[in-house]
Amino acid sequence: MSARIETRPDADQRDRKKVRRAFSSPIASAFVILICVLWTVPTFGTLVTSFRPQADAAKNGWWNAFLHPNFTLANYQEVLVGSSGSNLQGGIFQSFINSLVITIPATIIPLALAAMAAYVLAWVRFKGSDIVFFTIFALQVVPLQMSLLPILQFFSNGVKIGDFQLIPPMTEAIQGFWGIWIAHCMFAMPLAIFLVHNFVSSLPSDIFEAATVDGAGVMRIFYSIVLPLIKPALASFGIFQFLWVWNDLLISKTFANSPFILPITYRIQMMTGSLGSRMDLLTAGAFVSMLVPLIVFFCLQKYFVRGLLAGSVKG
Amino acid sequence: MTEVLLDSLPKFATMLQMLVGFFAIIGILIFAVGLIRGRAQRPLAIIVLLGPSLLLVTVGLVFPAIRTIILSFKNSSSTDWVGFDNYGFIFTNPGQQRVLLNTLCWIIIAPIISTALGLVLSVIADQMKGKAEAIAKSLIFLPMAISFVGASVIWNLVYAYRDPQYEQTGLFSQMVMWFGVDNPPNWILMEPWNNFFLMMIMIWVETGFALVVLSASIKAIPKDVMEAATLDGASGPRQFVFVTVPMIRGTLIVVYTTILIAVLKVFDIVQTMTGGNFNTSVVANEMYNQTFVQFNVGRGSALAVVLFVAVIPLIYYNIRQLRRERSER
Repeated sequence: MSARIETRPDADQRDRKKVRRAFSSPIASAFVILICVLWTVPTFGTLVTSFRPQADAAKNGWWNAFLHPNFTLANYQEVLVGSSGSNLQGGIFQSFINSLVITIPATIIPLALAAMAAYVLAWVRFKGSDIVFFTIFALQVVPLQMSLLPILQFFSNGVKIGDFQLIPPMTEAIQGFWGIWIAHCMFAMPLAIFLVHNFVSSLPSDIFEAATVDGAGVMRIFYSIVLPLIKPALASFGIFQFLWVWNDLLISKTFANSPFILPITYRIQMMTGSLGSRMDLLTAGAFVSMLVPLIVFFCLQKYFVRGLLAGSVKG
Repeated sequence: MTEVLLDSLPKFATMLQMLVGFFAIIGILIFAVGLIRGRAQRPLAIIVLLGPSLLLVTVGLVFPAIRTIILSFKNSSSTDWVGFDNYGFIFTNPGQQRVLLNTLCWIIIAPIISTALGLVLSVIADQMKGKAEAIAKSLIFLPMAISFVGASVIWNLVYAYRDPQYEQTGLFSQMVMWFGVDNPPNWILMEPWNNFFLMMIMIWVETGFALVVLSASIKAIPKDVMEAATLDGASGPRQFVFVTVPMIRGTLIVVYTTILIAVLKVFDIVQTMTGGNFNTSVVANEMYNQTFVQFNVGRGSALAVVLFVAVIPLIYYNIRQLRRERSER
């Protein structure tokens, strides 16, 4: 590539200039700037509102805050830990914790299981391994909605064959986080296996042959060769899965059966109903819920983009 | 806040116990099987490594999907067979027809606008200077990090309604008033346009996705192709239509269908903005509503099946396309 640029610099430049003229006209640049502004202003307005006192936020729009600057952290304090005045039931800090407690295992466990399964499907072939892989591959199509109710019934009724209780029902107390964890893990598997498989299967086969010649067994190859090599793939999918679980509403709305385990998205969604007129609190709450994804976005943008692109078909 | 932290210690403890337990069991199994020498190791390794995933997938997806299809042919409490009654209800009841129509509008409008906007922006951004391009892309891509619930709160504020005799708190109403409209309506109640105001949120989120993916594939177009086009006299816009777009056609379709699938299953936005009221419900929201609010299991399951059937051809096409691209590489 670089050689070609060196040999034909003028043609390359001419070509670039022509395209540039068409698309870097002032109108085109203005268009991009306009979209950037349109795309940023709603978030910015929300951020400004979250720092305005209740009376101000209720009185006029956030753009007035720049004419008469008056900012406070009170909204964040109230939304996080709650106060007697609002029906926040102890604030959403609790839910922030719940989100962490839900998200961490729901990211790590599918990753571990997918690494194991993908390795077998790619390198430890057995009779029917192709069928298994393509079935899992095809299962990505199943929308969550197809599974929600049956899984919920499975949790609360167990499995009965005739009169024989094969698997006992989960008690409400156990169901709590376990229900959400298990549901997230189930829904994560097809995509996780598929993505890690793509990566594992692209490893050069020489490695495996050499290891086998040296006498390493199937398991040994897995933990001492495959695991260290697939770290980048695991990181990308891990970020995607983390954000997916953190931002999820449908699964938590279906499986969270106690007010003490609600994740933050669920609480914010409830607040839009019960505190719809308290924009100062709603916006602060929304920003608390966005905090973690935004940190991931700004700090790990490269992996973030890679993970999102790889996993965007999920759902 | 310290109180809450202390209160939540047991939750973290449960989580840690669970994780430690999980890795202990898996670790011991892997280690134990690793010790076995000879032929027995291979089949045991396959069972240990693949078994848990297969169990999760079978119990979590295969059986439930079959069960949902069965339930969709039963009545509201799953006690009697009703044939195609639930499907008949979905396609003939006026309220449900409205839901289908809304969903149709969503899947036609939102993906086309997001993809088209993403395409135009990616071509323009490609011509911008390094820093400017990166900043513009980041700003437009940022909403992708925000949950649909968060996005809905953000746009709730944009659409906020107040009686025109007071000062406005919503930016949209205020802007309309600056342009000389004295009496802006309550956007969220304004049927059928409220559907489009909700779609705007989806477009806001998905455009960045389209931009980033398309931008990557535009950068991957070989230089000599562009050169040849220029030598043949193709000017900028012609080059865009006849060279750039055909060259990235595959990616364009993947982006479009990916957004289409996301839109088809939109739940969070509708649930947070209107709860499906004011004639804004869509299939995914209605499925939740029928199953978990109205407790009509039959109708809810039938709606899930409708969603499933609608997704199949899209995914089929998407996967085929991805595969073809992969083999070309």
